[in-house]
Amino acid sequence: MIKLSTQAETQHDMQDEPTRRDFLFIATAAMGAVGVGGLAWPFIAQMNPDASALALASSEVDIGSLQPGDQVSVMWRGKPVFIRYRTEEEIAAAEAVEVSDLPDPAGRLASDEEALATNEARSVPENPALILMIGVCTHLGCIPLSEAGEFGGWFCPCHGSHYDTAGRIRRGPAPENLPIPQYEFISDTTIRIG
Amino acid sequence: MAFFSSRSLKSLVIAAAVALVPAGSAFAAGDSKPPRMQDWSFAGVFGTYDRAQLQRGYQVFAENCSACHALSRIAFRNLMEPGGPEFSEAEVRAIAANYFVMDGPDSFGDMFEREARLSDRFPPPFPNQEAAVAAMGAYPPDFSLLAKARAPTRGFPGFVIDIFTQYQENGPDYIYSLLTGYDEEHVNPEGELGHYNPYFMAGEYIAMAPPLFDGMHVYQDGSPETIDQYARDVSAFMMWAAEPHLEQRKEMGFRVMAFLLIFGGLVYMTKRRVWSAVDH
Amino acid sequence: MAGPSTYVPKSGFERWLDARLPVVRMMHGQFIEFPIPRNLNYMYTFGGILMIMLVSQIITGIVLVMHYTPHADMAFSSVEHIMRDVNYGWLLRYMHAVGASMFFIAVYLHIFRGLYYGSYKEPREVLWILGVVIFLLMMATAFMGYVLVWGQMSFWGATVITNFFSVFPIVGDTLVQWLWGGFAVDNPTLNRFFSLHYLLPFMIFGVVILHVWALHVTGQTNPTGVEVKQKSDTVPFTPYATVKDLFAMVLFLLLFSYFLFFLPNYLGHADNYIEADPLVTPTHIVPEWYFLPFYAILRAVPSALGGVLLMFGSIAVLFFLPWLDTSKVRSGAFRSIWFKAAFWLFAINAVWLGWLGSKPAEGWYVPAMQIGTIYYFAYFLIILPVLGLFETPKPLPNSITESVLKKNGGQIASGAGQPAGATSAPETKG
Repeated sequence: MIKLSTQAETQHDMQDEPTRRDFLFIATAAMGAVGVGGLAWPFIAQMNPDASALALASSEVDIGSLQPGDQVSVMWRGKPVFIRYRTEEEIAAAEAVEVSDLPDPAGRLASDEEALATNEARSVPENPALILMIGVCTHLGCIPLSEAGEFGGWFCPCHGSHYDTAGRIRRGPAPENLPIPQYEFISDTTIRIG
Repeated sequence: MAFFSSRSLKSLVIAAAVALVPAGSAFAAGDSKPPRMQDWSFAGVFGTYDRAQLQRGYQVFAENCSACHALSRIAFRNLMEPGGPEFSEAEVRAIAANYFVMDGPDSFGDMFEREARLSDRFPPPFPNQEAAVAAMGAYPPDFSLLAKARAPTRGFPGFVIDIFTQYQENGPDYIYSLLTGYDEEHVNPEGELGHYNPYFMAGEYIAMAPPLFDGMHVYQDGSPETIDQYARDVSAFMMWAAEPHLEQRKEMGFRVMAFLLIFGGLVYMTKRRVWSAVDH
Repeated sequence: MAGPSTYVPKSGFERWLDARLPVVRMMHGQFIEFPIPRNLNYMYTFGGILMIMLVSQIITGIVLVMHYTPHADMAFSSVEHIMRDVNYGWLLRYMHAVGASMFFIAVYLHIFRGLYYGSYKEPREVLWILGVVIFLLMMATAFMGYVLVWGQMSFWGATVITNFFSVFPIVGDTLVQWLWGGFAVDNPTLNRFFSLHYLLPFMIFGVVILHVWALHVTGQTNPTGVEVKQKSDTVPFTPYATVKDLFAMVLFLLLFSYFLFFLPNYLGHADNYIEADPLVTPTHIVPEWYFLPFYAILRAVPSALGGVLLMFGSIAVLFFLPWLDTSKVRSGAFRSIWFKAAFWLFAINAVWLGWLGSKPAEGWYVPAMQIGTIYYFAYFLIILPVLGLFETPKPLPNSITESVLKKNGGQIASGAGQPAGATSAPETKG
């Protein structure tokens, strides 16, 4: 059995001459901490979207064959984007609501953060019968069903969020309107999303 | 998604110019001549790629090699990323527009061909290895990793010295030596249809005909338009293709080593201080 | 080994925890106040280095798995995806690949230190055997990890190594098909290797805990081979071993970084940058460098079964080493010139076998492999058992303290028998 008194004595030494010794120990420990921190960064950063995922930022879709009442879903960044050619009734229903009555009056356009959630703002400018938005419920990420819910737009079956025919939240737990991504027409019938 | 190239026609034309026979009887590796060592800008602790050289190397690849050789792990976007040839985005978009890739299915369930985008990888000249062998007689290897996959063993004592000289450019040295090492004077023995090349690792005869000729590529930057320069440039390009993060790696390595040296010095002083009271 | 704990919980929470789960007390006892011989040299720092290498391999491995795809069609491409697209992927992958080599460099130095200083001798037999178990697990892990890349050398290395088991009579073929999950190395093989490659490091970690436990029961050996007898023979683990191990780790990390950043492919094989092709065998299949000595032993005899048995035997003999060495003294430093000659010849022979392992089994290489193999086994089975019976060891010091003071001659006055107690003028010795 060995009893150790050495450590206490070492500490005693340190107290004898605090400045140089303390500075050395602190500098070493600080530099070690910097090293560990620097080493940690690659292990954290590796979880960010990688270069190939970032490069897949756009999808193209041909909407030439859409008829009123048709809807297509295209994948963009791993999420569905709804493109719906709305009927006259659906457009009329969307027009009939005052923005001030909406739970979320913001337009949620990626192209214009100031816009209000009017039907006009959310419609596709080139063809206002069309609406294009990310088909992911703003509550917890489920995919809403189309032509469903109390407002004839979309209905999220997970927690009962009702969206109208302009994709605006009207009732239920979802906090925001369905977001509209950046897109552009690259020909008369082809839209590039992203 | 399967990729097909619009360049298949061109490759077939080239294929006719290339011997349609596999390389001759395999010689044991190690019988070939050791590659001639070149000065590379990317060698050593502070090595970086020469942008202009990578751009010329890409030109040689695109105008010549790509008819038969794939570059399937490189995306068009890589050409503009830091640490590589660093073409401008407009240049890369123009490059991508020359290629067509198969995409789909569309809403009717049909596959369709479209212009390549930045995110697409270089479509291979042949849809698969079998098609390449059928057309060429031997498989023209994919360029993406070739500069790291073709490293002739160095033997003793070379492999020990390499640790200290940091020599790891045997891949590009080999490719350069091979491309410039054809012996046109050589008379094949009867029945041998390959091309004599003493640097070839897998025998004396290689299926690939000499691919480079003086003046066949027009350089915009006034570099010599010689076989030697073409071979050097395309070898450097292939090294980048195989190791696109080389510059980042060496730069980070220098910083890490410097950090460890200083930190090690501090730890050593601390250690001396701690042990100073103890005979050991 | 340690006396009553000097741990004093400071805060209320520490006292609360100490009464329920004295884990802090245990760590304090094992890694702060634990007494270590004061005369350890830098060869004794590889335990700590191996610990950080194991942790480094586990962490980089877990991170790589986040991006890797264990499927025969996609494995190679997913590795290239890591190398090209994943943020810092090239760094993480090279850390893991070069780290495996560094791990083996450290473990071989650790083993050779044990061989020289007789660390396996009574009462440390279990400690040694646990070390050999770790070594075996490391070899299995490294082999399976190399297969995951699914390059040409991965594939054909896997084919050759798994075919070892086909040499066993009667059950051989059944055994190999069971290992493969098919009739050749293929996707099922890759998947099971992936699973086991993820599992084994944690088993290594478990055995390492036992290894350290066993070490802390018997205490460390030291270059004199004389057991600790008195308080003045030791210094506390912290700060003495901690700071010295840390310095050795930094030196080792410098070596690691040099290969990692400037020669990342030096220790690998170029053919593994070619995707696995079951139809084309590389002209020359070689394992990674750390297996080469064993690969030479495997091919030293013309019989396949004999080669496999010899190779397994070359590891198995290590388990019996504590009982094969008959030396009366522990440390090689106090043994005869004959032992030293035999030991260093063994070390040179190991390197020589490694070089031969990279050569084809033809020509003069074969008899050279045979001679090397004979010496490898003779060292354990003839030299160590016989030499100890005849040699006259040098006189041992009475204690570690005596040996240290004798070495440091004129400093007896300041060092005296009180290691850290030299309060008179510690700074003057800088």
